[in-house]
Parts: sequence; structure tokens; C-alpha cells
Amino acid sequence: MRINGAQAVLESLKQEGVDVIFGYPGGVVLPLYDEIYKMKFPHILVRHEQGAALAADGYARATGEVGVCLSTSGPGCTNLVTGIATAYMDSIPLVCFTGQVATSVIGKDSFQEADICGITTPITKHNYLVKRPEDLLRTIKEAFFIARTGRPGPVVVDIATDVFRAEMDFDYPEEVHLKGYSGLFKGEECAIDAAVEALLQAKRPLAFVGGGVTLADEAEDLRAVIKKAGIPVCSTLMGLGCVDPDTEAYLGMAGMHGSYAANMAITGCDLLIGIGVRFDDRVTGVVKEFAPEAKIVHFDIDAAELNKNVRVDYPVLGDLNWSLPRFAKKLAACGVDLPARFASWREKIAAMHASHPFSYQKRNGVIMPQQVIETAARLSGDDTIFVTDVGQHQMWAAQFCPVSAPRHFLTSGGLGTMGYGLPAAIGAKIGRPKQKVVLFTGDGSIMMNCQEMATAADNGVDVKIVVLHNHLLGMVAQWQRMFYEHHYSQSQLHGHTDLVKLAEAMGVAGVHVEKPEDLEKALSDALSREGAVLIDVMVPEDADVLPMVPGGKRLDEMILEQEAAK
Amino acid sequence: MRNVLSVYVHNQPGVLVRVASMFSRREFNIDSLAVGVTQSPERSRITVVVQGDEGLVDQMIKQLEKMPDVVAVQRLDKDSAVFRGLTMIKVKADDTNRLDVLKMAELFRAHVIDVQKTTLIFEITGDDDKVTAFVQLLSPYGVLEVIRTGLIGLERGEHTIKEHCEEREYYGKNLL
Repeated sequence: MRINGAQAVLESLKQEGVDVIFGYPGGVVLPLYDEIYKMKFPHILVRHEQGAALAADGYARATGEVGVCLSTSGPGCTNLVTGIATAYMDSIPLVCFTGQVATSVIGKDSFQEADICGITTPITKHNYLVKRPEDLLRTIKEAFFIARTGRPGPVVVDIATDVFRAEMDFDYPEEVHLKGYSGLFKGEECAIDAAVEALLQAKRPLAFVGGGVTLADEAEDLRAVIKKAGIPVCSTLMGLGCVDPDTEAYLGMAGMHGSYAANMAITGCDLLIGIGVRFDDRVTGVVKEFAPEAKIVHFDIDAAELNKNVRVDYPVLGDLNWSLPRFAKKLAACGVDLPARFASWREKIAAMHASHPFSYQKRNGVIMPQQVIETAARLSGDDTIFVTDVGQHQMWAAQFCPVSAPRHFLTSGGLGTMGYGLPAAIGAKIGRPKQKVVLFTGDGSIMMNCQEMATAADNGVDVKIVVLHNHLLGMVAQWQRMFYEHHYSQSQLHGHTDLVKLAEAMGVAGVHVEKPEDLEKALSDALSREGAVLIDVMVPEDADVLPMVPGGKRLDEMILEQEAAK
Repeated sequence: MRNVLSVYVHNQPGVLVRVASMFSRREFNIDSLAVGVTQSPERSRITVVVQGDEGLVDQMIKQLEKMPDVVAVQRLDKDSAVFRGLTMIKVKADDTNRLDVLKMAELFRAHVIDVQKTTLIFEITGDDDKVTAFVQLLSPYGVLEVIRTGLIGLERGEHTIKEHCEEREYYGKNLL
């Protein structure tokens, strides 16, 4: 059967199991939108293309499937850029379809023309410009394959508008032939043996887990490894949920705003086992003095991550699906009772964490932001997906939200994209309609993509938006308070914006909370209510995220809550 | 330290941009870069000369190998490979001194490829030191323009870059 290119794109999406597109129409994609109309292909109309890319990202993080977004050429596709970069930094599988002007006018500075492949080369795993109808199906097949295999990432498929109209046979390829590209792969057995041997030699080992574990869906094997090894474990921001927070000697997040015990354990351990991490500067502090006494084991799928930021003594290259089960098996078979061997170290670190938990001082008459996170998390129930924006509230959420499973804490880690939260929450809810989705955001972040409240209202997307409203760009203000002599340069939001009215104007219910005694009831009412709700909670301006490792300092040089209180 | 990397890529539009863009955004410094077709019409080969210590070059190779357009990367070693780069030099020379200049060119095995009333153009291959010395000796006559291609290189003997492809396919075996 002969079909046109636009139909072929949608048929390909069906073959790839895509059940929703996040998009925004425009000139050159009209032929595709006409087929979406005729085929009734599920599509969520966002209010800004950045929202489309970020919603697709939230969908991908919540479900583990490839997120798909669609925009027109020129400004449509350039608006996707921040979302694409967000996904790239956190290795999230996306396929972003963009329309391009007709092949006959590419390169002529045509109306709404932008070289999106050129623009996105540094922020995509790969990208394609499709100019010939005969390349269309192979390209889509490859795009999905590249996006979801190996270390996942975003792929852009830019399609010239005449390709949508070209007639073709629909013959979707079954296989891809990409010479030189590695998808899932095994590493070398001896690398795992070396890691086991290193653990047997160690006296103070520490596991350090990251987003790679979530991406590989390997939390179960990871938990088995931790249990068999009986060692303390800490996480990166992206790794939250991979380890059950109730695990003995689980230290929570490490790094700039990590726990005291996590950072001290990294500084004091003699073997650091990094699993699916990339030793980002927010987690290492000054990198030369990171884990100064430790040999480092690094499990990762991406060879380029090994020895990129820190020197690795025992690299274990390969898919975690391959390496972690083997590592667990070999630990079980090593003939040593590892949990007994490491008991005193583990208990010492656990005691350190117990005596220095994440903490804050409550104040009379005002709601502390950490209290909002704790209360909302407690009231939300077990299977809730927490989404954050970027800034102070993000770090408080990472510190005070007990995340019990992977894909339950969605946050822009690498790029730190303000405005991420609302569209990502919408994408997550659409991908996981049965789960509750709670967004923590700030009065700065929410404004960056507040237009997506209209998307939530129009599509009946039930997301709960908890705004920690401090009339500031809080993290910027915190740095200005600490390092720039209280010069609050352009970080104050003077409070003329009524977020409740803004929400209501777009069809989202709004609730305003100011008094501590109202917090519990307001949150509980809002969380149990049907449909999207914005809960605008007033919090003080001067709360700091602590502990904090200032830039250029070692992990053990933290500013602590207790010290700051003095 | 100077290193020569030979990068075997799919012969597709945009490949050179991708490779060059990766080097630039990761702050890897390129001394020279040469790109051209190979015996196979589907493949091109990019030769990059880069500065960096062992760790940095290792990182460059891994970053290159990650790119879907890159089929294989080979590091060319000074002792086991041969290298060539072409330089063209335009120098002022007229009836009064043309013979002196030509004699000097002979010593350096530079070839004349153009003769005009007041100028000569030479082509010369070889390493940087030799070319630099030649240009220096010509400078009193008036060197008008110098232009160099990037270096290209091949490993000696029966080894080829294709062995690196096979090795990668072994490691990168798709389990899907």
C-alpha cells in the first residue's frame, strides 16, 4: 500500500510503541498534523515547544520508554533546544521530530528556516536531516535504536516538509545496521573479578550510585549487591530511589548539598565503588581531593566516562544489566561473610549519619520550606512520583523526600533547567496515569514554564504543584548572602505575582497557604482532590540549603546546619 | 605531546562538523586536520593532529568512538606509521636570483609547480622542521604566501584501520 511520508512517520511511531506525542503545530509540519488528525494519533498540545521537549523527557524518565516530541521548523525547533540539552545531560532517551523547510529552499534563509542539526549537534546523541523519502523509515528506526540503547540520549530527526508529502511503500525495517555503533554490550569478566578482589582487600568500602542504575533498570541487582557486600552507600541526585532509603547505612545524597555522613564517608573510604555515575563537579567538590584515600571502582556503560573526571583504578566497562548481576553473584560466591567483615565500618558510618541527619530549625509562625517537603511527601503516599524544578526547593526535595524506588524522583540534574518541573510532571502523569505526581517548585522556576498549566487543565492532567514561595530566586540569593555580601542583585521577586490567580486563570485550582497550622490540611485537601492544583506556600526568604560544600572546597569542608545556626 | 589520530567515518554530510565540534566543545586542541575519501566510497578518513598527554588522548579516542558516525579510530605511532603533509610556498624570484632559489629548493627536494616573471611556487612534503627550515632560508627573497594541508598518515605493513573496526564490533556486540 502506498502511503505518504506523514502517514509513514506515524506508522513508524506505532511500530516503535509510541503512545503519545508532545507537540506544537506550525507551517511545515501541517501535512503531519493532518495525518495526526485523521489517524487520531494521541497528541498533547503544549503551550511552548520547550514544554513539549520537557514533557517528553518527564514521560521518558517516569516510564523508561522513549519520549517523543514534535515541533515545526525555525522557532519551533529552536524552542526545543533547552529541553534537548536537559535530556542530553541526564542521558534521557528522546526522539525529537522537527519539520524543516522544503528541500528546494534549504540553505536559502527561507521563512522559519533554522539549521537544527547544526544547532543540536553538541547536545544530541545523534541527529538526522531527512531530505529523501527513501531515507525516512531507516532514519526513524535508527533514531529510536540510538536513543534507547547503550547510554541513552536524545536524537533529533529533522524532516523536510516535501518528504511528508512524498508517496512511499510502508516497509518498516526490522533491523538496524550501524557499523561502529555499540548498543547494549558486555564487558570483560576479569574486570568484575578485579572489582571483587578490590572489595576483598578493602577495609572501608563505600558504594556510590547514580542515574545509570535507573537508566539500566538495575535497582534490584544493585540492592542485592549492597546487601551481599554489607557496605555503606550514598547516591547522586540522579541516583535517588535506586537504594531503599531504609537500607542500613544508606547516607542519601552526596556532594555540594549532600549529607554530612555521605561526604565524610567519601573522604574517608579506602574503596569507592561508583555505579552508573559520572563524577560530576557538584558531587566531587574540588576534584583533585575527591576521595583522597580511596581506590576507585567504576561501573559504567560509557567508556568515555572512565577516567574522564577522576582517575579510576578498577574500571568495569559494560552494561549494568550485564555487570551488576555478575558482581552480585561473585560476591555471594566469594566465601567471605562481607557484611560481618565490614560491620564496624558500616555501623560507624551509620551512626555518623544518625547524628548528622539532614535537619533544619523550625520557627514560630512561619512555614519552613523543608517542612512543606516533608509534609507533602508524607501525605502523598508510597507510589508518588516527585518532580522538582531547579534551585533551593530541588535540593530540599532531594534531602527530605524519601524516594523509595527508581523513576520516582524526576529532576534536571546535569543541566539544571529552571522550568523543567511543570512540563516534566505533565509528561510523567501522562506516562503513569495511575500514579500520583507531585511537583515541588519555586516562585522563580514555576514562572519559566507557567503556561503549561493551561496544558494540564485542557488535558485533565492531574498534577499537584507545590510552590515554595519565598519571593526570591532562592539559590542565587543564598550564594549572594554567603559569598557576595548580601548583594541581592536581581534575585528578588517583589511579590506582585498572584500565583493562585495565575493558576485559576488557566483553569488550574489554586490554594494559598501562609500559616503553619494550615499547612497539613491544605496539602492533604489539595492532594486528595481531583485534577491539577497549585498550592502556593509562603516560606521565609532567608532559609539556606545546608549542608553546603562551597565551590572550590573539598567535600569534608562543609558548612553545616548547626554551625550556620550559631 | 603530538598525537596523530586516524578516524574512519561514514561518508555523510555533516560528519566533519560533528567531529570538529566535539573537539572544540571538549577543549581538545587540534593542530591540523585533513579529510578525504578512501578506497570505499562509503567511508572517509579524517586525520587529526592533536596535543595532549596520554589521558587526554585516551579521552579523545573514547569520545570519538562514541559517535554513531565514527566506524573506527586508530592512533598512529611515530615509529610504525608514515606521515605526509603538503606545503605550498610562493616566493619572490626574478631573473637575478631565480637560480639561487631553485638550487636551494633542490637541496630540500621541493618541486617547482609554477613559474612567473617575478614569483615561484614550490611544493614540499615532509615534517614540520624541514618545511620551517626551508621557509626560513627563503625568507630573505620574500616569502609571499605559505599554505599547508593537514597531516595524513598510514601504518606500515599489512595492518589497516579495518582491524580496529573488527575489534570494536567484538566489544560492541549488540545483544538486542
